[in-house]
Amino acid sequence: MDQHSSLKLLGSWADSHTHRVQLALKLKGLEFDYQEEDVVNISPALVLHNPVYKMVPVLLHKDRPVVESVVILQYIDETWAGNPLTPADPFERAVARFWCHFAEDKLAPAVGAVFSSSGEGQKAAVDQVHENLKLLECEMRDGAFKGRRFFGGDKIGLLDVVLGCGSYWLAVFEEVMEVKLVDPESFPAFHAWLRDFEEQNEVKETIPAIDKLLEYARGVRQMMLSLSSSTSTSVPATAAANATGNDDVAVDAIDGSSG
Amino acid sequence: MKAVVLLDFWASPFGQRCRIALAEKGVEYEYREENILGAKSPLLLKSNPVYKKVPVLIHDGKPVCESLIIVQYIDEAWPDHAPLLPADPYARAQACFWADFVDMKFNECGSRLWKLKGEAQAAAKEEFIGILKLLEGELGDKKYFGGDAFGFVDVALAPFVSWFYSYETCAGFSIEEAAPKVVAWGKRCMERESVANALSHPDKIYEMVGVLKKKFGVE
Repeated sequence: MDQHSSLKLLGSWADSHTHRVQLALKLKGLEFDYQEEDVVNISPALVLHNPVYKMVPVLLHKDRPVVESVVILQYIDETWAGNPLTPADPFERAVARFWCHFAEDKLAPAVGAVFSSSGEGQKAAVDQVHENLKLLECEMRDGAFKGRRFFGGDKIGLLDVVLGCGSYWLAVFEEVMEVKLVDPESFPAFHAWLRDFEEQNEVKETIPAIDKLLEYARGVRQMMLSLSSSTSTSVPATAAANATGNDDVAVDAIDGSSG
Repeated sequence: MKAVVLLDFWASPFGQRCRIALAEKGVEYEYREENILGAKSPLLLKSNPVYKKVPVLIHDGKPVCESLIIVQYIDEAWPDHAPLLPADPYARAQACFWADFVDMKFNECGSRLWKLKGEAQAAAKEEFIGILKLLEGELGDKKYFGGDAFGFVDVALAPFVSWFYSYETCAGFSIEEAAPKVVAWGKRCMERESVANALSHPDKIYEMVGVLKKKFGVE
């Protein structure tokens, strides 16, 4: 049975979540059809296959949809056993999943907030990114990922795909916003990992050229500034810029979405 | 310290997920109450330096954080009994999607029902009813979200059954009206020892919500 010819990905060219799935499929050596979706004018196909969120990416495997990029990655890894992305050990898996959650829940919104804010708000957002990168850097230097080339070990794994597809926005935002986000002196481990990751062939084939991303980012920024809207505008194709505020400790501890 | 330790708070629905999973698996563990309304213990700060939150599962000294990640870990570390996630990759993907939905949509919106007032609360109520109907549709006529067997999505949602009363009372609506199958499912879950032992009484949760509202400045 040829499972490969039955794969179709609905995505968006500038969406890091789409890139995650594309990269994973490439790493597994899987052929797939790709359909570019308009994320503003949602297509009937997207509504049909992802009625809850109406978002890309959507992976169709034998016409059955799988949505949410991290869920899709795990589905791909479990369905096609070659070149595993997820560690075999349950604790190692839990660690990888935790940092995937961190990437989505803390890092991505902080990076998005840098892009969608200005002045004092932006300074606070940049500080937040640095705080988050510090936590990751610490784990890479002295913690769970110490001594590893990639988060997955010698080869790219789940966390590399999740963090890597999205980290290129750091360089883009640094240029467009004229801020310093990943300084090699402050974050040597992260910086080295990112350079290595971006050099991998499959990654180079997946991530759009930097000048296209720069053009895209400049366009969105221009649009946001000309609308002169509030600083909480979310940016399409990057994670929502809704960094959590300073909720009460008790509320946060019992009630936060990261429970 | 015992081999399995759970850092938790009695009323935390996230902690309760872990307690339910451990009970379903028949795993012996040491429960440690964290005073989240006061100072956090050094063990909590050391075990979860990123979020400094409960629950944290410490297994042979190694901490696992984030309730759904903990539940999946419990399922994988003790695989021989009471599987919580199905074996089939597509069914697993569906289960992961809906468990995540409980966090991203159900809990996020549910918390706005008691944190907000006036128009914002009314809007949250409408949104929440929509979310309930989605869950109602997903459950259908199954015994559990997992099918015949109690599973991952059931574990993810069950603790919030204690919160139904608080949601209804704060926002002024009936969950049974919007989602009668979900309410019936909740009652079936409460018949399981693992769930009954873990969940707080709805009155206690309502009391806790009152305390949180005061601290949060909602009146």
